[in-house]
Amino acid sequence: MRLSFVRLRAQIVKELLCVLRDPKSRVILFVPPLVQLAILSFAFTLEVKNVDIAILNRDAGGAALEFVQRATASELVRRVHVATSEAEVAAMLDEQRVLAALVVPPTFSRDARRGQATVQVLIDGRRSYAGQIALGYFQTIAASAGMGISAGNVRDIAPVRHWFNPNLTYRWFVVPGLAGVLLTISALLLTALSIARERELGTFEQLLVSPCTPAEIIVAKTAPGFLIGATLALLMEATAVFGFGIPFTGSFALLFGSMLLFILSIVGIGLAISAVCSTQQQAILGCFALAIPTMVLSGFATPVDNMPEALQWLAQAIPLKHFLLILHGSFLKAMPASEVFANAWPMALIAAVTLPLAARLVRGKLQ
Amino acid sequence: MDSAGVTLDNVSKRFGAVEALHDVSARILPGRLTGLVGPDGAGKTTLMRLMAGLLTPSAGEISVCGFDTVREQARIADLTGYMPQRFGLYEDLTVLENMRLYAALRELPEGEQADAFARLLAFTRLEPFTERLAGKLSGGMKQKLGLACALMAQPRVLLLDEPGVGVDPLSRQDLWRMVRELTREGMTVVWSTAYLDEAEQCEAVLLCNGGRLAFDGPPGELTARLAGRAFRLANPRGDRRALLTRLVQLPEVSDGVIQGSAIRVVVREGAALDGVCALAHAADSEAEPVAPCFEDAFVDMLGGGPGGVSLLAERMPTVTLDAGAAVRCERLTRRFGDFVAAENVDFAVTPGEIFGLLGPNGAGKSTTFKMLCGLLKPSAGMAQVAGIDLARAASDAKSRLGYMAQKFSLYGLLSVRQNLEFSAGVYGLSGAEKKARVAEMVETFDLGPFLDAAPAELALGYRQRLALSCALMHRPPVLFLDEPTSGVDPVTRREFWTHINGLVRKGVTVLVTTHFMDEAEYCDRIALMVRGRVIALDTPDALKARAASAQSPTPTMEEAFIALIRASEKAEAQP
Amino acid sequence: MNGVSARRLLAIVKKESLQIVRDPSTLIVAFVLPVALLFLFAFAVSLDVRRVPLGVVLECDSEAAQAMAASFAGSRYFRVTPARDRREVAAQVVAGRLRGYVVIPQDFDRRLRSSDAALVQVVTDGGQPMLANFVANYARAAATATLSERRDGAGAGGIVLQPRFWFNPELESRRALVPGAIAIVMTMIGVLLTALVVAREWERGTMEGLLSTPVTLIELLVGKLLPYFALGMLATAITATLAVTLFGVPMRGSALTLFVAAAVFMFPALSQGVLISVVARNQFTASQVAMISAFLPTFLLSGFLFEIAAMPAPLRFISYFVPARYFIAILQTVFLVGDVWSLILPQLAAIFALGALLFLAARSRLKKNLER
Repeated sequence: MRLSFVRLRAQIVKELLCVLRDPKSRVILFVPPLVQLAILSFAFTLEVKNVDIAILNRDAGGAALEFVQRATASELVRRVHVATSEAEVAAMLDEQRVLAALVVPPTFSRDARRGQATVQVLIDGRRSYAGQIALGYFQTIAASAGMGISAGNVRDIAPVRHWFNPNLTYRWFVVPGLAGVLLTISALLLTALSIARERELGTFEQLLVSPCTPAEIIVAKTAPGFLIGATLALLMEATAVFGFGIPFTGSFALLFGSMLLFILSIVGIGLAISAVCSTQQQAILGCFALAIPTMVLSGFATPVDNMPEALQWLAQAIPLKHFLLILHGSFLKAMPASEVFANAWPMALIAAVTLPLAARLVRGKLQ
Repeated sequence: MDSAGVTLDNVSKRFGAVEALHDVSARILPGRLTGLVGPDGAGKTTLMRLMAGLLTPSAGEISVCGFDTVREQARIADLTGYMPQRFGLYEDLTVLENMRLYAALRELPEGEQADAFARLLAFTRLEPFTERLAGKLSGGMKQKLGLACALMAQPRVLLLDEPGVGVDPLSRQDLWRMVRELTREGMTVVWSTAYLDEAEQCEAVLLCNGGRLAFDGPPGELTARLAGRAFRLANPRGDRRALLTRLVQLPEVSDGVIQGSAIRVVVREGAALDGVCALAHAADSEAEPVAPCFEDAFVDMLGGGPGGVSLLAERMPTVTLDAGAAVRCERLTRRFGDFVAAENVDFAVTPGEIFGLLGPNGAGKSTTFKMLCGLLKPSAGMAQVAGIDLARAASDAKSRLGYMAQKFSLYGLLSVRQNLEFSAGVYGLSGAEKKARVAEMVETFDLGPFLDAAPAELALGYRQRLALSCALMHRPPVLFLDEPTSGVDPVTRREFWTHINGLVRKGVTVLVTTHFMDEAEYCDRIALMVRGRVIALDTPDALKARAASAQSPTPTMEEAFIALIRASEKAEAQP
Repeated sequence: MNGVSARRLLAIVKKESLQIVRDPSTLIVAFVLPVALLFLFAFAVSLDVRRVPLGVVLECDSEAAQAMAASFAGSRYFRVTPARDRREVAAQVVAGRLRGYVVIPQDFDRRLRSSDAALVQVVTDGGQPMLANFVANYARAAATATLSERRDGAGAGGIVLQPRFWFNPELESRRALVPGAIAIVMTMIGVLLTALVVAREWERGTMEGLLSTPVTLIELLVGKLLPYFALGMLATAITATLAVTLFGVPMRGSALTLFVAAAVFMFPALSQGVLISVVARNQFTASQVAMISAFLPTFLLSGFLFEIAAMPAPLRFISYFVPARYFIAILQTVFLVGDVWSLILPQLAAIFALGALLFLAARSRLKKNLER
């Protein structure tokens, strides 16, 4: 396979100009992903707060009142609906007006004096995740109330230290991950459309009658994805550090290096799609069909550990899955070089498979 | 009550700051075929859409059969059949499904449907293809299907927007026959075109230029102004291209073209003929007066042809090819599944020759062309460019050919300068050489003022110049042109051929595919392809002679083309 | 003005249906992608905490300490890595192989007797806040339980909560997520596909041919949308059947309610698709706009994956304009609860109102000519 430097340079310049010459397209490339990062990082949240609950208190005793007051005084609970009958509680749950209901039996205060009292917690199973979080919260309250110690003191029984993110700020987790997702989508769309667009406009034929080889074409086509992806990544990282105040503890050089590998693997996938598709519509639908599983399987939305074994294997083929580990590690955990390398080589492998595949497919179209 | 099919009253149309049409007034009569003619960007499509009620005029009024296109838009749709430039057909529906759709949309009474379909299918000769997807039809068949759909429910006004583009002479002949029949029945037909031989066949012509109506009347009226000014120099001795160059440099000559082995010139009004006669005599020829044609009149009206010297050719060093043939193919075959697109194609193009590849749509000329420039791999056989086998050293062979695609294939997102620099780069030019070559092209083609513009902002002529300069940046000895002037007006076409003629004189070999016969006339030799095979290969004059018959002793190139294809079809029918 | 002609309407419906059947990419978006999506949401997305890798450092061998350790090892929530030295597990937390560790200290028994000493120490990987939070809460509850047991004798003291998860007692998030996936599928068919096919008519110039015929705008719109409406309902039927038969989602309401809701939901979805294509007029822009204005909001702001209540006020406000928010509430209820009309009717009204809004916007932008 022969590469001519002069021809390659001309093509790379062309590719870059195609995406960057027009000021409007420059804006479209950089602004929406950054705006999305800023807005969506507030939407992607697995925190649970501001929920409404119902209380059906059938006991007039002081112990019951105290428990109810403890249970409802938290940022978890926004509004408390006081119910007077079980039917009312059922209706509120059915209609999703409350996430959970606490039913205090008439014997509560008496039972509490004797030693053990029970409280029924009814939870809307449609919101199973929020329900579990709320239940955990009520359980802590119940345990502490039973021992006559304040909820704050429960923390002293089992002191917890959250490494890397002492206050468990959810955004510290979301922002780097979301940056990875947006980077994937931008780079994928940019490269997947590049060959399809040239084909629709007829310039691809012009390119194929020139002495340029398929390898040159593919190498040149990686340039915009690479440059724009890297710039975008740096902008997003800057937003994360300076805008969201997320600590960066790892090695920037290592992150940057693995980021280049990551972009290369995405560009490889995008070009392979592009080489197969003959129209832009097909390329768009192709990206779409790929972006959703990427988002779901990468561990961005929910942990990969929770998935069935077979899907965990499938996730290995997704560059974002590996890059997310490096991202989170580099931001919060000061990830050591050995760990970075352990997660970086699969991305190199993906790039090493997809890029030659794309070149083959371009050549195949000539047959 | 106005008897006109369409009446235009001081119609203007602007899009934002651009005025596409300015103060156009005309009456288009029924029973007459009216041609709407003009160069690219003259406002033809805008006028068509206005008449179809798809756009509203910025000023003035249009009425179709007495109904205003704005106030009574709903009636317009019942009265008009409109065929947009891009067919308006659904490519994933079959011929019959497209027809059924339009029959229902135009509320053709169901009882009449069977008769109407039979009539339209016979009329368009599409019966054998009713189950074929519209996307799989050739360009000509698509246009005929579009016409059938527009004719559903017998409109009183038929609007056809450039139906002749991309259509081979056979299908074009069919289209004309159909349209003539319709006008005879009293329909108002408007046919828009950039081709003046088409305009000449119309009974009335509206000539637009720059959004204004420049002429309104029968084509003969315009042609009559040129009486006694058109001449033909038959069989000049020596290089006829060099002679043409010298002829059009004469101040009295306003226009000149090559027609096979002859040259045709038009002189300016009241000019003396001395210079032309002198040059003719020097080449052992005679300037015989001939009847002027509409194209002569059109070019003359726009201020004459573009002069004869190609600065490009002047600067280009003479090319010498060691190889015996510039392009050679032997038993070249290409199959797509069971379908044989090209079968045992054999020819050799000598250096310095203009070689034309002609044939009806789907005859395999594009396939052959693509194999010769390395866009398709042959299934069998051999193809050489400049003596290099494309199968063995594709990259080397490709660096010795220049290619200009039909749509010009320029990068719309790059500026003119960047397009030039890119072409130089992909052909391996760098540093001072690249700079010099780009500067040379800019100077030659007068692209200086537009260097930072996007190609789409350029006028068509300049876009074509840019595409040509990109294809020639690396000074290739062989140039491939794929329908280079499809949809291009005559003045721009002449300028283009001036450059090509100049290049050929420097030894460049040109291979061209085309549907247009005046382009075919420029060729030294023509290979005529039908059903994947070359059925005739000769000079244009010899082909015309071969097709001559008792009824038409001196056929035009188009007539010759049709006659040869019909003959080959007949021969095939009786094995 | 021509009245609505049934024949023209049918002709357009037929044409559009033929195009759907002949275009493989449409069929893939309509049938293959929904199944794949359903599968992913059923198996890949899980908000249930299961088998979290956790280190338990046992520095003390007493019976009480062993019992404490067992309360982690025996839980279905954890996959425990036992250790003797906290240094063994600390490195694994950094590497991301463990989500945290619990230290049961040497003097565990003494601490158990004392009144204010910490029983266990917990370290979590704060990089995964959701799991960190869970580990911390579980450890606290376990420690508190142990403490109260030891102090007051077995079985006495404290308040015991009796949790009951209504509608979903096995607590499988899949049951709530799969109905959400149906809403995403419907949005893709209704908005994305519609926007693409109408934009394609503009791009390929076929719209020009259609507009020059006597067809009216209402015929054109209804005729184009009916087949996609049918496609959407078909996809609903398929995904709902799969959800019940393959993914074990119960169907407590009636199928009729489900289809009525799906039909109403198609109204804003199709209107939005038409609106996008009229504004964009080319497929690339249309797909971008559909992605940002329909797909992402359905995914993020509809409340099936992320709690709307926990979002900042501006996002909560925007979520009221996402039709999927109401549709998902109906879907989850019909599948898991039943035909609770007091919930379903207001949601249907909201969907319909949004549909009317989008339809009017699309209608005002559509003209029967090529003027913009």
